[in-house]
Amino acid sequence: MSPVADPLPPVTLEEAFGPNAPVVMFDEVSLAFDDKVILEQVSFTLLRGHTKIFLGASGAGKSTILKLILGLLKPDSGVIWVYGERIDNMSERDLLHVRDSLGMVFQEGALFDSLTVRENVGFKLLEETKMPLPEVFARVEEVLGFIGLAEHIDKMPSELSGGQRRRVAIARAMTAKPRILLYDEPTTGLDPITAITVNEEIIKLRDLENVSSIVVTHQLRDAYYIAEHAAHRADGRVIIERADEDKAEEAEFIMLRDGRICFEGSAGALRASPDPYLRAFLS
Amino acid sequence: MLKVTTDNWLKTAVLEMQEYVLLSLRAIRYCFSSPFYFRDVVEQLEEIGIGSLAVVVLTGFFTGAVLALQSGFTLDQFGARSMVGRLVSASMVKELGPVLTALMVAGRVGSGIAAELGSMMVTDQIHALRALGTDPVRKLVVPRMLAGTFMVPILTVIADGVGILGGWAITVGQLRVASSVYWNSVVDALYIQDVWMGLIKPFFLGFVIVSVACHVGLRTSGGTQGVGRATTNAVVAGSVAVLAVDFFVTKLLFMLMY
Repeated sequence: MSPVADPLPPVTLEEAFGPNAPVVMFDEVSLAFDDKVILEQVSFTLLRGHTKIFLGASGAGKSTILKLILGLLKPDSGVIWVYGERIDNMSERDLLHVRDSLGMVFQEGALFDSLTVRENVGFKLLEETKMPLPEVFARVEEVLGFIGLAEHIDKMPSELSGGQRRRVAIARAMTAKPRILLYDEPTTGLDPITAITVNEEIIKLRDLENVSSIVVTHQLRDAYYIAEHAAHRADGRVIIERADEDKAEEAEFIMLRDGRICFEGSAGALRASPDPYLRAFLS
Repeated sequence: MLKVTTDNWLKTAVLEMQEYVLLSLRAIRYCFSSPFYFRDVVEQLEEIGIGSLAVVVLTGFFTGAVLALQSGFTLDQFGARSMVGRLVSASMVKELGPVLTALMVAGRVGSGIAAELGSMMVTDQIHALRALGTDPVRKLVVPRMLAGTFMVPILTVIADGVGILGGWAITVGQLRVASSVYWNSVVDALYIQDVWMGLIKPFFLGFVIVSVACHVGLRTSGGTQGVGRATTNAVVAGSVAVLAVDFFVTKLLFMLMY
């Protein structure tokens, strides 16, 4: 009779990858709704402070990836790690704790209609923490100041423009200081000038607050802008300028097609790709 | 083809029932654990209770009045006009008060809840809540369910009282029956079991109205059209559920109390 080997103890991401462990990892993740395949064998990693930009046609499965990271959907197969915790088989109660590390900016903002900008931005701190009110409101003012909307603090969402709503949504997502921010079509439907303002907020959060980002979009111009620009402080002011080559390499593009990854690489590699589908998408 | 359609309909119906039961059980369980959003409960008590007061008072008054009017002329044929009070009070307290109040609340509150939660669903606000670490069942469903369960009985008592007053107005003003005769008749007709029945049933009806509306609201999909559909479904399903639950609870209470 052959000896039965002891099962291997579970290995955490830190043990497997060391201190540079990815903050998000998808391993062969698949998801289908009835007969419709949404994602098929999708694998990628997001490193701390880096950016992943998901491109693809409508219905390619881009937004689904964000919902899987948040645990709003469960995959049919595959493994998802977020900040060292395996979340694909986690209960809703445990996921609430994982979501403390995450912030999400939904398409159109998804601000709470019945709450003011102040209450929207401070929602998590007001409802889910025991932080004293003065501290909550101080943090809300700080965050709104960071994104340049301090004067709109007492307005209702319906009084804001589309761009302002997106920026308030970014403020809401960053109030509780998440370590990863997820953006679902943050600039869709915005005029080019407002879109650049939103892009700059994303860059500022990534480079000044060291927040890892996943951006889902089909606005190529905005995707390149986020990938190829960097923010730094100089004389107390925030400067946004073209990133050097190393910095630009930290932003990686993933192109989805029919639920599968058909390209993964830097902005330069994407531009140079000879793939006819990519060429058609980029043209 | 017919078999496939029937199978699909049955599957959907069973799935909806399963989801409804799971939501209700979760909401009941969450009433006894933290976090508990007390401020939202108070807001909903006001929204459902105070907000429905006018419609319930009007419904109660006119129901009592028309009951006196109709029964007065019928009882007159038997020389029993003085018994109008008995009929009004027994009908209002045991059946019409609870059921009509519940139907009015189903129309006003059920549609409002389904529209509100449905809009939040289609604009991703429910997902946003979850992403911010808030459980939508605790934050949205539990306060509404508690408010519905406790405000519908109070509204029912008010509707009963106003209905009996409406009956009094017609009995005294039109049927020319002495006020004291009417009030004696009202009290004579009521047994303690009737009062209990009139008080117990609205707890079940309030719960079912709000839980159905929350379930329908949280299952909304398909944009603004879906919100419209959810609102209609909440009122229709809520009203049918009120009548069905009323029947079964009445039957149960008859077995237990009479």
